[in-house]
Amino acid sequence: MTLQHTFTRWTEFWAGVRDTFPLVVGAVPFGIIFGALAVTSGISPSGALAMSAFVFAGSAQFVAAGLFAGGAPVLVIVLTTLVVNLRHTLYATALAPHMKHLPQRWLIPLGFWLTDESFVVVSARHTRNDASPLKHWYFLGSAIFMYTNWQLCTLIGILVGRAIPNPAAWGLDFAAVVTFIGMLSQFVRNKPALVSAGVAGLCALLAHGLPNQLGLLVAAALGIAAGMLSEALFPGEQVKPVNPVQTTSAAQAKEAP
Amino acid sequence: MNEVLLVAGMALVTFAARYPLLVLVGKLQLPQPVLRALKFVPIAVLTAIITPAIIFPRSNRPEFALSNEYLVAAIVAALVAWRSRNVLLTIVVGMLMLLAWRWIMALVHM
Repeated sequence: MTLQHTFTRWTEFWAGVRDTFPLVVGAVPFGIIFGALAVTSGISPSGALAMSAFVFAGSAQFVAAGLFAGGAPVLVIVLTTLVVNLRHTLYATALAPHMKHLPQRWLIPLGFWLTDESFVVVSARHTRNDASPLKHWYFLGSAIFMYTNWQLCTLIGILVGRAIPNPAAWGLDFAAVVTFIGMLSQFVRNKPALVSAGVAGLCALLAHGLPNQLGLLVAAALGIAAGMLSEALFPGEQVKPVNPVQTTSAAQAKEAP
Repeated sequence: MNEVLLVAGMALVTFAARYPLLVLVGKLQLPQPVLRALKFVPIAVLTAIITPAIIFPRSNRPEFALSNEYLVAAIVAALVAWRSRNVLLTIVVGMLMLLAWRWIMALVHM
C-alpha cells in the first residue's frame, strides 16, 4: 500500500516510458522501413519527416506511401487514412471517461499522440485500481517515448533507404505484421471477434486486386458487419469494450498490493 | 504543392479520428450501434492490413506454401501471441522465425 502514496509526476512519466518499451521495440523497424519505403515511393525526405511529425500514425503512413507510389490521388489517400485510423476513435471513446477532468492543454496533445501502442499500455494502467490522480503523466511518458522514437526511426529509414534499395529483402517489413498480430491477440478472444477478423482477413485477400487499396476499406467494412452480426447470433459472447492488455509491468502490477 | 496537401489532409483526418471523442464522451451519448461497430474496427482493420502482406509478400501472386516464410512466421507468431499474450515475445519470435525459415528454404533449394 505504501506505493500508492509515492506517485509523483515523474514516477508516472517514467512508468509510462518503461511500460511502452516493448512496443517501441516493435515500432523501431516499422519506423525505419517507413522512412525507407517513403523515399523509394517518391515522397521527398522532408515530406516523409513532416508526415511522421504531423500525422504520426504508423500503419496509415505505410498504406499512404504504398498508395503514393501507385500514383493514387490525394483525396483517395486521405480517405484511406481516415478509415485506417478510425480505430483510434474507439481508443478515444474507451479512454475518455478517465480523462474527463483534464483541461484542453492536456487533451489536445494526448489526443494527437494517441496510438495503438499508447492505448494498450494506458488502458492497462487505468485498470490498476490505485488512487493515483496523475495517470495522465503516465500517458504523456508513453506518448513522448513513442513520438520521439518514431521521428528518429523515420530519419534513420530515410538515410537507410538511400543505402538499401529494397528493405523488404531484409524482412523489416514483417515487423509491422508481427506487432499487429501481438496487438490483435489482445482483442480476438471470443467468437464474434474471431468471426470479424476471419471475414476481414479473407475479404482483404479476395479484394487484393482492387485499385487504391479499396480492398482494405471493403474488407474492414465487411469484417465489422460480420462481427456485429455474429455478436447478435451469439449473445453470450459479448466483445468487451476494452480488453486490458498485459505488458510486462502490467503483469507485475497484478502481484503488487 | 501536392505533398503539403497530402500531409495536411492526413494530419487533419487522423486528429479528427483521435481527439473529438476524448472530449465529447461523457458530454454526449453515442448511439449503441455505433459503439458496437467501433469495437470491431481495430480487429477488422488490423487483420485486413496484415493478411495481404502475409499471402502476397513478393508480388500479386498468392503464396499458400511452406516456401512462403511470411506465412510460416505469421502462423508461429499468432500461436505465440495466442498462448502468451506477450507482444514483445510475439515480435521477437516472429522476426526470428522469418529469418530462420528464409535461411532453411535457401538451404533446401540449393
